[in-house]
Amino acid sequence: MYKTMTETKERIDKTKVVISVSGVSKYFSPSKGQRSIKQAFTSFFSSKKDSAVKDGYWALKDVGFEVYKGEFFGIVGRNGSGKSTLLKMIAGVYTPTKGSIDTDGKIVPFIELGVGFNAELTGKDNVFLNGALLGFTRKEMMDMYDDIVSFAELQDHMDIKLKNFSSGMQVRLAFSIAIRAKSDILLVDEVLAVGDSSFQKKCFEIFTALKKEGRTIVFITHDMTAIERFCDRVLVIDKTKARGIYTPNEAGAIYDHLNAKYNTEENDISEVTGKAPSRWGSGEVRLDKVTVFSEGKLSKNNVVEMGEDLEIRMSFTAKTTKKIVIGLAFEDIFGVNIAGPNSIGVNLSSKEAVSYKANNIPLVPGEYKVTIAIYDQDIINEYDHLEKSVKLTVTGKSHNIYGKVNLFGKWSI
Amino acid sequence: MQILSKTNKSILSAMVRSDFKLRYQNSILGYLWSLLRPLLLSVILYIVFVKFLRISGDIRHYASYLLLGIMCWTFFIEITMGGVSAVVGKGDLIRKISIPRYLTVVSTSASALINFGLNFVVLLGIMLVTGVEVQVKYLILVPFLLIQLYALSLAIAFILAAAYVKYRDVSFIWEVFTQMLFYLTPIIYPVSLVVQRYPMGKYIMLNPLAQIIQHLRYILVTPQSQTAWQVLGWTALVPILSVPVICIIAVKYFRSESKSFAENV
Repeated sequence: MYKTMTETKERIDKTKVVISVSGVSKYFSPSKGQRSIKQAFTSFFSSKKDSAVKDGYWALKDVGFEVYKGEFFGIVGRNGSGKSTLLKMIAGVYTPTKGSIDTDGKIVPFIELGVGFNAELTGKDNVFLNGALLGFTRKEMMDMYDDIVSFAELQDHMDIKLKNFSSGMQVRLAFSIAIRAKSDILLVDEVLAVGDSSFQKKCFEIFTALKKEGRTIVFITHDMTAIERFCDRVLVIDKTKARGIYTPNEAGAIYDHLNAKYNTEENDISEVTGKAPSRWGSGEVRLDKVTVFSEGKLSKNNVVEMGEDLEIRMSFTAKTTKKIVIGLAFEDIFGVNIAGPNSIGVNLSSKEAVSYKANNIPLVPGEYKVTIAIYDQDIINEYDHLEKSVKLTVTGKSHNIYGKVNLFGKWSI
Repeated sequence: MQILSKTNKSILSAMVRSDFKLRYQNSILGYLWSLLRPLLLSVILYIVFVKFLRISGDIRHYASYLLLGIMCWTFFIEITMGGVSAVVGKGDLIRKISIPRYLTVVSTSASALINFGLNFVVLLGIMLVTGVEVQVKYLILVPFLLIQLYALSLAIAFILAAAYVKYRDVSFIWEVFTQMLFYLTPIIYPVSLVVQRYPMGKYIMLNPLAQIIQHLRYILVTPQSQTAWQVLGWTALVPILSVPVICIIAVKYFRSESKSFAENV
């Protein structure tokens, strides 16, 4: 994305931390909700408390980060990774089991639209109720009432009970109240998931305006386009733990990788190849192992730095003596095929290793996936195919580099 | 508990407003019903216990005497019963935003306060018509007694509300317990009746509710009402001091429990 650096610098005040999360963990107790006194008694008198404890779980473990004033801070992670729990703790809804959260400034949780909305009350009553819960006095609400109603385009519906509103009307109403909240810090969770495309467009316009105003926004979404468009920094949460804070581009790549990794539980080849999303082939030749080397050294997590030498070593089990062709395909997170080197016919005796070397790899920093396919010499029969099975992380400074490859060119004036 | 900020005040008033609208929008007599409740209850109890069972003793102005007792009782029941489900009933709010948790309990007490106030006006009317013996020199104590009653009811409501989040038996237990408490509190019968017949009978005045009701009756209706001081002597400090003690316990318990409301409710 093409952010102008000066604009970012002015908006964000790095000397002022407005949200400070340190070492925060959250444990959810077992069998939440309805408990009876009998259960309490039995667990009090029984020595076997372990069985009950097992039902609880850690929703978040030892997460720490800081958000600066004026920052648009994204949080991404798969469903159940703990990001909403984290947001609720920042909002003060949940109390951390361990660690502490300090906030500076008034927080308005945008966690869910239409908090307190009651189906049995009229639209008008709901506006005032919801407004009060967002921190407005009744007088302030009266002054804003007409604006809210006209923004939501619901002038003729305000005396009708909310249960007779369509869901779209409810969201419109809730949204037009929520955007008026005067807060220093706004917590937004998945608002974009609801509503049609014109509503989403409205949301984006509001976010752009809020960002310009220099308000601090913490933003949870699965929409990587929104992340890349708005966020300054992004926290990636993976399975209750913070994976790190990244630029929006990096975060998008990592998020995509996490999804691919967990979506596929079959075809477990090796630790290096990870979980192959899909594998097929007749099986005369099967890939056993893939290892990635960077600058001649084994790279455990398949990490290589831009401009370094990359080597991919593969070993096979072959039931055939025919010559084979090995094809690689390097794809970026958007599935764009960036490079697809094929080998010449290789004569393979059993368990022999084949390697592919690329010097000074020009891939820009990010996550990539490598597909490996093994064919007969005529490229008719496919023996083994591992779709996007090897993840490759390219590191390096992405500063001033846009696009897919680094041409390692020089500017001269 | 901190004094209400401007924001909390508007949250509270919005919650009370919508609760009122929700409760009365579908009944024809609407709000009048909740106002009539203690009056109708008093009439029934008056007929049953005074006319049929004749246990009024020889209390003068028994109608006012009874109504005052019933009003205090209804107030206590409305607040505590409302308190049981105050937090759980507002679960969708508690799970989503961080409004101060105690507002949910306080908001449910608002309707009880209004009802009590309006019933008090009715009572004053009856008192004027039938004539009562007001103890003018103690009149200054009435506000303190009313505050005591409100504090006691609210404190118990806080305890019940927090406990109900974890233990759903609380509502049943409290329902049965209040049935019992109604007869253990000298509301329909005069204290003297119990004290004379049973040697242990005087200990019914250890109940803080009994202490408050009897003092109010003594000051506002007739000095025939036996107060805790008369029955128990210095031991009367027990029901009086139990109110602040219950309040402290309630605040501490509610505060510690409220941290986990959002996940348990």
